[in-house]
Amino acid sequence: MNQDKLETFTLDGQPIPFSAGQTIIQAAMAAGVYIPHLCFHPEFKPHGSCKLCTVKVNGRQTASCTYFAQANLVVESNITELNDERRALLQMLFVEGNHFCPSCEKSGDCQLQATAYELKMMSPHFDHFFPDRPVDATHPDYLLDFNRCILCSLCVRASRDVDGKAVFALSGRGINSHLIVNAESGNLVDTDFSSTDKAAHICPVGVILKKRVGFAVPIGQRRFDAQPISAQPLSKEDV
Amino acid sequence: MSELDKFAPSPLTPLPQVGEGNEVKKLKVATTSLAGCFGCHMSFLDIDERLLELVKLVEFDRSPLTDIKHCGPCDIGIIEGGLCNAENVHVLREFRANCKILIALGACAVNGGLPAQRNHLSLATILEEVYHAQHGLVDGFIPNDPELPLPLDRVHPIHEVVKVDYFIPGCPPSGDAIWKVLTDLLAGREPELGHGLIHYD
Repeated sequence: MNQDKLETFTLDGQPIPFSAGQTIIQAAMAAGVYIPHLCFHPEFKPHGSCKLCTVKVNGRQTASCTYFAQANLVVESNITELNDERRALLQMLFVEGNHFCPSCEKSGDCQLQATAYELKMMSPHFDHFFPDRPVDATHPDYLLDFNRCILCSLCVRASRDVDGKAVFALSGRGINSHLIVNAESGNLVDTDFSSTDKAAHICPVGVILKKRVGFAVPIGQRRFDAQPISAQPLSKEDV
Repeated sequence: MSELDKFAPSPLTPLPQVGEGNEVKKLKVATTSLAGCFGCHMSFLDIDERLLELVKLVEFDRSPLTDIKHCGPCDIGIIEGGLCNAENVHVLREFRANCKILIALGACAVNGGLPAQRNHLSLATILEEVYHAQHGLVDGFIPNDPELPLPLDRVHPIHEVVKVDYFIPGCPPSGDAIWKVLTDLLAGREPELGHGLIHYD
């Protein structure tokens, strides 16, 4: 295994050491190099769905969260071509949902917003869908605001794999994909969801929100107000 | 901003220093608020004493600052607010036709903002609720004076109707962000907002 440690690939020209079984994004994060991502989380199996972490490996595009690091790979990430495509993906996420940052209590702590700042997303570019997605406020302690869901499936994985509950699931296909709650009523109050669940603390955007603490930390003093997302180590990521 | 680069207007020629010899021709700037709250204009005033520096370089055409009612040929047009009625669309088109560079200022112009929160409701439902059904209304009627601009069925960000050259997001954008974009443009630079100046809330 020691020999594995010595092996490297290059990321934007910089040698990145890796150990056997590490994906490109894991090795990059361990070396302190930021690759934009939304559905990736170090504690969970990769989902490979948001495509923000797409890099070029030996000239071909692939998701860096699902691609195993190998010696001498030539990986490109922070290049105009990829950042333009990442920005377009973000713009599509913004217009598909209702991401009204001025009224969102996650603003400043939101990975989608911080990633869009990082990639200098100045406009939505596309036409907005303005979908109708009612909120679920049935649970006494938690609120679900589906308007902001980006289908990263982190709550699905956390509830199923860590909490052993399967409270959440993604339903439907393509543009009709949406987050659902595992109860006959469809309401969170009718599940065994609790505030101690991993799933209660994993949402990278403002869907799963604890009630009555929304503005305990004022806007302007939040995580990504201090530093851009690229300057923050991933270990601090689960709030 | 690189996706915009392909369509970016040619940068303005940097102005010579004011006060050297002959009077310099000032750039013309027009501003308006469509479906906005004038918060972005208030934020514009937050550039404070830098306004004095700015008016050495620009003169205002149509703007709440001048009360000029129609926009003539301008170098820069600044639009606050999205489009919620027919008049908004007319004003926006007047600006686009007259301004070399058009800037969307603030969340409502960029993505519809607060007014667009009505978009998942039908216009009829909203008018009924506001003028007929709401508690305390007696013999309410939906205003139909021909002077009133007709509401659109949905609120639209301005880029859905005209070509927009630059965007300054924020609710409102800070005075510093507005100053940065304007001074970049006046100096002939591509405007860029760094960490802390680009924000959506």
